[in-house]
Parts: sequence; structure tokens; C-alpha cells
Amino acid sequence: MNLSNSDLEMYTETPSVPGGNGTALVVRNVNLTFPDGEQGLHVLSDISFSVQTEEFVCILGPSGSGKSTLLRVLAGLLAPTQGEVVYQGRELQGPRREIGFVFQKANLMPWRTVLENITLPLELQHIPNSNAELQAQELVNLVGLDSFEDSLPRDLSGGMEQRVAIARALVYDPRILLLDEPFGALDALTRERMGSELLRIWQARRKTVLMVTHAIPESVFLADRVLVLSPRPGKIRLDMSVDLPRPREDGMRYTVEFGEIAKRLRAAIG
Amino acid sequence: MDLINTRKIALASHQRLWRRGVYLVPISVGLAILIWHLIARYGGFPAFILPSPALVWTRFLRALLDGRLAYHIAVTLGEVLAGLALGITAATTLGYLLAKSETFERFLAPYIVASQSIPIVAIAPLLVIWFGPGLFSKVLICALIVFFPVLINTIVGLRSVPDELRDLMRSLQATSWQTFQYLEVPSALPVFLGGLRIGATLAVIGAVVGEFVGADRGLGFLINIGRGQYDTALVFVAIFTLVGMALTLYGLVVLIETRLLSWQQRPDDSG
Repeated sequence: MNLSNSDLEMYTETPSVPGGNGTALVVRNVNLTFPDGEQGLHVLSDISFSVQTEEFVCILGPSGSGKSTLLRVLAGLLAPTQGEVVYQGRELQGPRREIGFVFQKANLMPWRTVLENITLPLELQHIPNSNAELQAQELVNLVGLDSFEDSLPRDLSGGMEQRVAIARALVYDPRILLLDEPFGALDALTRERMGSELLRIWQARRKTVLMVTHAIPESVFLADRVLVLSPRPGKIRLDMSVDLPRPREDGMRYTVEFGEIAKRLRAAIG
Repeated sequence: MDLINTRKIALASHQRLWRRGVYLVPISVGLAILIWHLIARYGGFPAFILPSPALVWTRFLRALLDGRLAYHIAVTLGEVLAGLALGITAATTLGYLLAKSETFERFLAPYIVASQSIPIVAIAPLLVIWFGPGLFSKVLICALIVFFPVLINTIVGLRSVPDELRDLMRSLQATSWQTFQYLEVPSALPVFLGGLRIGATLAVIGAVVGEFVGADRGLGFLINIGRGQYDTALVFVAIFTLVGMALTLYGLVVLIETRLLSWQQRPDDSG
């Protein structure tokens, strides 16, 4: 288990190539301390990595390892205490439209229909209704919610709600999609199905994806690369690429290779 | 096929009304009038103590036909509506500021709570002294009584906006006006309308209190006149009119609620 330094360096110093098929996001020496007591609560410790364009990265770690916090930093919702997140050659200063975010909870507005929830980001940008609805309708089809356009969130199952949330995050056509344990509240079977769905959507839309999860098989099945965080303060313990062929089929979850990778990840979590 | 469906729906809504007990209201009212009639008829009370329902009805028709009732209704209703408008405007504006700033809330909380511990009847004379016996003092009294429930419910409604949805709006780079318009208003609306429902009925009380203290018109004034002349039937007429007014206002708020909050009700929420 000789992990850290050599593995990490491969990624940390990749130069950003503007416009090319290069780096989508660079995280440099990010530290985060929440004000709490005298010392403060040290949540993220010296985190550095970079993500390639169209790469699917999973961030894996035990509860309380700060993985959701890290994702919020990447979204620009939280500013790091030290270090920086570089997006398109510039330090990230706050939320950006090119970075879509899917929350742990679907976070739909209960008074808006499925279609209205998906068009919300466009409405906030004053994009004309007819255009917005056209785009939203396309996404409704993509996430498989046809004929539910006019339903209210209260009539949807948990899995369907998350589909709406994903469609809403995609409606801006962001370059980067951040997902914070989006399937955490779903039952195991729905969760597996949503994972396959997400892969299908990712293959159709080709985004850079960073997804936080605590489910090892989910991360192996979805990701090109998995980052394992240690318990608080979160550090990167392991940065491992998942060399399983794509497109991935559900059957792959039961192969020996899959099991081997899962085992290594499990050992890294400790 | 269509006919059968319509009939089914008609039948279903009929049953729903039964289950909701809608038919119980006229039955209950009818029964109350009957008991009142029997007491007035056989209780041996003179008409200036307890007029019979029939007497009140004829008094009502007379007041209606000579135009007095309509005039006093218009006066009181005007006070109530103006008071509601003023009270709601002040309460929502201040409520929004208080919900946003806890410092501000702590700074003003003692005055707001203190203002509630003084009965409105105690303040009313003061307001009439300061602002005269005209329309304005009544509007102020109405506004004051409406203010508190609307204020509290505005604060509670705004504070109950989920943090996650605030994060969502932030990640979508919404302006604070957009957050207000798209998130805070619809999210706070159910609680706010609950406060308005209470406020609407209280406003009627406010107007009458104001008219009792000093006025030469309005339904509260009419009650005073009726009492002075031992025209008890007229007092009853005024009281029932006030009840009708309060119920109508209440019903209007409920109507607004069902229209704006349809997303809250389940499709078969009838049972």
C-alpha cells in the first residue's frame, strides 16, 4: 500500500490547456477550517488534485471525512481557508453557471411542476420561456421522465426526484457536474439503476463529473478515477484510476477485476 | 361513457361533501335559530331583552330598505379593508427585516411583545384622542390588531425556508430579489396566509372597538345607538352583520389559500 506521493504528483502539476482536451479543474493545497472553539475544526487538509476534461471522478470516504465539504468548495459555495481551486486558468471565486451541482436531497421546489423545476435555472437567467421549455423537455426525455412533466414533486418517488435534480443541473449545459451523494437516500436496487442511468446520461452529454459517495461498488462502477479521503481532517489517501472498459454493463459489477478494485479501495479507507 | 363518468364524478363529489360535513352547517344553524325562537316565544322575555328571530329579521329588512345598514356596512368595511392593507404592509415589511436580522429582532422584540400585552381597548381611546374620531383612528386600530399575527407568521414563514433551497439558489447565482421572488415568497406563503386568516377576523374586531370609543357611523356605532334606544333587534342585526363580514373575509383568505397553495393538497385529501 505505497500510495501517496508518487501517485499524487501525476495529477497535481498537470498544466491547464485552455480550450483543449486538458484539465477541467485544478485543486491546489486546499485547506479548510471551520470556526469552532479555540482551534477551529480542521476539515480539509492540504488537498491537491486535478481533473481532466470529461473525466468521471468519484470522491470516496467515510462519513465526516469532509467529502461533501470538498465538493462545496469545488462548487464555489464555500471558500477554502488556504489554497485555491483553479477553473479555466482562474481562481474560483464563487458559484458559476458552468459548474452544475446536484445535492444530497433532490431539493425540488414543491410548488413547481417537474418541468418548472427543470426550467428554474433558465428562468433565473431570463431565458425566454419557449426556449427554456424546449431545452427542459429534451432533458425530461434524457432522464426518462416523459409524461411526468406536469407532476408535482410530492407525486414522485425518491429516484424520480433525483432524476429531476440531475436534469435541472444539466439544463445550463454546464461543463462540470458535481454530485453530492445524489443516490444516498435511495434503496439499493434503485440506487444501482440510477448509477447505470447516470452513466448513460454522462455518455450522452460528455461532462466532467465529480461525485461524492460512500458506496465503494458505486464508485468503481461509475468512475474513471477514485479519490479516497481519510477521516477528518480529510486528506487524499489514494488516487486510483479504475481501468475497467467502457461502456460499462451492469454485469461488470460481479467480475473479478471489479472485486479487486473494490478491495483495494476498501483497504485504503481503513 | 362520458355521461357515466360525469355521473360518477358528480356522485363522488356529493359523497365527499357529505364526508366533509358540509351539510351539517345549515342543519346546525337551523337548529340554533329554532332553539332561539323557542326561548324567545316561551321564555317570557320582553322583546328589548331577547327579540325573536322573526323580529330581528323584520328589523334587518327595515334597516336594509331605508339604506342605513348599507351605509354603516360600507363605513366599517372601509375601515377594515384600509386597516388590513396598512397592517399587512407594515407587518410584512418589518417581518422581512426581522427575519433577516436577528440583531434587529432582538432590538425590537421587547416593544413588539409589550404592544401585545396591552389590550387594544386600552389603546383605542388614546388613538382617538390623538387622531380624532374620524376614519383614520379606526384604520390605525385595525392595522394595530392585524399587525401582530401577520408579523409573527411572516417571520416564521421566512425562517422556515429550507437552507438547502437557499444553497440551490446560491449555486444558481440567483440575485437576492430572485431569491425573494422564486423562493422566499412561495415558501413562506402557507404560514403567512395562516396569519392573514387570523388577521382578517381580528380587523373586524378592531373596527368595532374603534367605533365604540368614538364615532358617528359604522356598525359599532349602530350597536351603541340600538342599545341607547332599547332597539335590541337592531343590536342583533348589527352583530349578525359583523359576523357575516368576518366570515366573508375569512372565506376570502381561505379561497386565496386554496388557489395559491393547491400544490400542498393531496389529490384525495377529502377524507
